[in-house]
Amino acid sequence: MTVPSILPLELRAVSFERDRQRLLKSVSMRVASGPKTIIMGPNGAGKSLLLRLCHGLIAPSEGTVLWHGAAGRDPLRFQAMVMQRPVMLRRSVAANIDFALSLRRIPRPERRQLIADALERTGLGAFARVPARVLSFGEQQRLALARSWALHPQVLFLDEPTANLDPAATHVIEGVIEAMAEEGTKIIMTTHDLGQARRLADEVMFLHRGRLLEHAAAGTFFAGPQNELASAFLRGELLWWERRELTPPRA
Amino acid sequence: MTDIAEAFAAAFSLVYHLDSDLGEIVLLSLQVSVGAVAVASAVGLPLGAAVALFRFPGRGAIVVILNALMGLPPVVVGLVVYLVLSRAGPLGVLGLLFTPTAMVIAQVLLVTPIIAALARQVIEDLWVEYEEQLRSLGATPRRALMALLWDGRVSLLTAVLAGFGRAIAEVGAVMIVGGNIDHVTRVMTTAIALEVSKGDLALALGLGIVLVALSIAVSAAAALLRGTLAQGRPR
Repeated sequence: MTVPSILPLELRAVSFERDRQRLLKSVSMRVASGPKTIIMGPNGAGKSLLLRLCHGLIAPSEGTVLWHGAAGRDPLRFQAMVMQRPVMLRRSVAANIDFALSLRRIPRPERRQLIADALERTGLGAFARVPARVLSFGEQQRLALARSWALHPQVLFLDEPTANLDPAATHVIEGVIEAMAEEGTKIIMTTHDLGQARRLADEVMFLHRGRLLEHAAAGTFFAGPQNELASAFLRGELLWWERRELTPPRA
Repeated sequence: MTDIAEAFAAAFSLVYHLDSDLGEIVLLSLQVSVGAVAVASAVGLPLGAAVALFRFPGRGAIVVILNALMGLPPVVVGLVVYLVLSRAGPLGVLGLLFTPTAMVIAQVLLVTPIIAALARQVIEDLWVEYEEQLRSLGATPRRALMALLWDGRVSLLTAVLAGFGRAIAEVGAVMIVGGNIDHVTRVMTTAIALEVSKGDLALALGLGIVLVALSIAVSAAAALLRGTLAQGRPR
């Protein structure tokens, strides 16, 4: 790839408010190309919001999102995102990928090969002509990945891509993510699945109630997080006790 | 009682023998209404989708107006088109009054708001689901609009059918701007109105039977089409 990277990505004191609730509180971070970044944290920590902010789908209420390598280019064109519930258009599997490629103005003759490759590498080769909406949830998730792969993005955001999948489907998805990372795509992914984080992460960010509490290399983080809440999370202790409106679990 | 029975018998015989007057009237009705619905769809579908997608000042007012125009009284539309197309009117030079074209124009005005208002609702609901995905993929507004229209095709077909139902069943506007001239602008609804007032119940009933049969045929065809279109729907 001769195209220069849009990374590193930097967030400067980014906050996000909705209905007067501060859902992300002054998050500052910097991610460079290379290591797979996994964002962890309990439900409602703000993981999805953080991804969508980075991807540019929502604008921060305060602070700035910077793509240092963008150099005047539209950074969105070099990113892709796999949503928690990916939306498939009501057309065939292949046509869904074709649509995404055509939006990036990739000429038609090139698209055919990109589609075939992406489908093959995600194991969807046999489904090319099947209407996308008849696929099972796991297959649609794979199609979302195939669609992203065909775009060959520099940065791929994944929002809990295996949240509702069985172990076999999860295994396939994780394989695809690894393969994309090996091809040089920067992976930034949220999960609340500890096992998955251990399998995939090169570096971990721990988010809790809208605050970025820890950002460390995976080895360091899993060996012993600096933050008390992060270590409680790793021990599998539910972080409910932080929420005053809920009764604490009894020992 | 026997009057009605006789009328029914005569009506069925007219339909059965494909009476040429009847055929002509039915054909013109279809030409006018299908033409009007085609034009109204070409305008109303993108218009509804645009109102659904774009945020601009006055958008709320447009939504209210579109919804209100769905119930536009046909006679009023007929009157306005009559005034515009009449000899003294701004478009009088075109000489369109009392022609099928004038009837199409009037029906377009009646049907476009229906199709646009229903399309807006359909597209707005889809947009909630699709917005982030389409933006993430980098869709321009135009491409997003086209994708939404295509993905909403099944529901939008219902909107178009609602428009056709309105057009084919409407009397007031086509009566005023068409004038119900025999062999020129006489359509099913105006013919029924005339024959009833003349007392020729047989022809009126015959036309009524055709009109109802046509409605049933159109919605049956739509149901079939929907089955074909619906392939890509969720289970």
